[in-house]
Amino acid sequence: MAGPGRFRAELVKGIVAENPTFVQVLGMCPALAVTNSGLNGVVMGLATTFVLVMSSLMISALRKLIPSQVRISTYIVVIATFVTVADFTLQATMPAAHHEMAAFIALIVVNCIILGRAEAFASRNPVGLSVADALGMGTGFTLALILIGGIREVLGSGALFGFRVLGASFEPWVVMVLPPGGFLVLGALLLVFAKVAELRQRAAARAAAAQEAGR
Amino acid sequence: MSDGASAGGESLRLVATLTVAGLVSGLAIVLAYRWTLPAIRAHQAAALERAVFEVLPGAERMERRVWDGSGLAGAGAGGEAGESVFAGYAADGALVGWAVPAAGAGFQDTIKLIFGLEPSGARTLGMTVLESRETPGLGDKIYKDPKFVGEFRGLAVAPEIKLIKGHGEAPNEVDAITGATISSKAVVRIVNQAAALWRPRLPAPGAEPSAAAGTAAAAPAEQVPPDVERGGPVPGGKPGGRS
Repeated sequence: MAGPGRFRAELVKGIVAENPTFVQVLGMCPALAVTNSGLNGVVMGLATTFVLVMSSLMISALRKLIPSQVRISTYIVVIATFVTVADFTLQATMPAAHHEMAAFIALIVVNCIILGRAEAFASRNPVGLSVADALGMGTGFTLALILIGGIREVLGSGALFGFRVLGASFEPWVVMVLPPGGFLVLGALLLVFAKVAELRQRAAARAAAAQEAGR
Repeated sequence: MSDGASAGGESLRLVATLTVAGLVSGLAIVLAYRWTLPAIRAHQAAALERAVFEVLPGAERMERRVWDGSGLAGAGAGGEAGESVFAGYAADGALVGWAVPAAGAGFQDTIKLIFGLEPSGARTLGMTVLESRETPGLGDKIYKDPKFVGEFRGLAVAPEIKLIKGHGEAPNEVDAITGATISSKAVVRIVNQAAALWRPRLPAPGAEPSAAAGTAAAAPAEQVPPDVERGGPVPGGKPGGRS
């Protein structure tokens, strides 16, 4: 039913072309709140990916059993369960990272990316494709958080993943690790992504026009 | 849903779906909780033990003591409830000092810390923050700035610690952190209140039996009851306003 090409397309589209953060602009709360360091971005991204993949798998497998009237509540129960499991696991394995963003782990439940993928994709596609879609979206989200977190950490504390990368003479821009820094970096990156998309579109249009003229 | 019977059947199906989802979810959460609980408890106990040894330099062993209203009893007497401190002993069994957990309002949220007091209760031996949500880059210097943390070594707590802007020279003066005056104030206030509360309760030096004779062998890390991990209750912590 679904060839390997389709599988790959679903996997890859979430990373750049339909990046959940920069293109769909979903899940803004964690993208702004926990990205004051690269490591926080990694942990938050991986926790969200885990929840996204597991709930897409469950929802896709059960999609024919769940009556449509109660589908949203059922999705939320499934998502909340995996979030709680992720919360406990993180607390048991990485206490320091959990300590830094305890409140935001619980808030993965209300991350629009997860409910969005459940409703838009997993509820109407077979398990394999749904997992590929979730993995791609999760990877795109994780990369976006690492990008935002990395930029904020370098500018705000002169370090990356805890290692100093800028010399001692560098005066950290404290604002970058504070909430306004999140908005500034996110805004700048959205601008870059929008510009790149626009240029690509124009190039494609020009190529099409050239092909038309050459014919 | 043209007739009543199928409408009833339909509702039943909805209720059944949600019930099953809830049951399975509950079971999964309980399993995850049971499975991770030992590791989480161990992390909390290890973190507390690290903090106690950090604020009592030279201590090799710690024992929890609970205030029973008239004196300090062993951990067993008061159960898990009640306010408690930790006695730290050196390798030779001499009392190094008391580690006092305390909490109070900071700039954004409650600051939980633990500090060490000499056996006499006159000076601090060290201070470390257990939990805080102070502003990153500014308020978090209360535990990230070695100079500020270092001030709490050998600080006189009587009559009380004073926060100074500039250079404090007296033995009871602490320099405020530039840009984090409220967080600095909060730490000083929390330590002052807890010191005032506990100083009269500590046994006179010498009265405390050195290394509670019966337990000379290294005691295993004690299970940490949740109330201790959060820091003992401190009355009257007022929220600090912006300055």
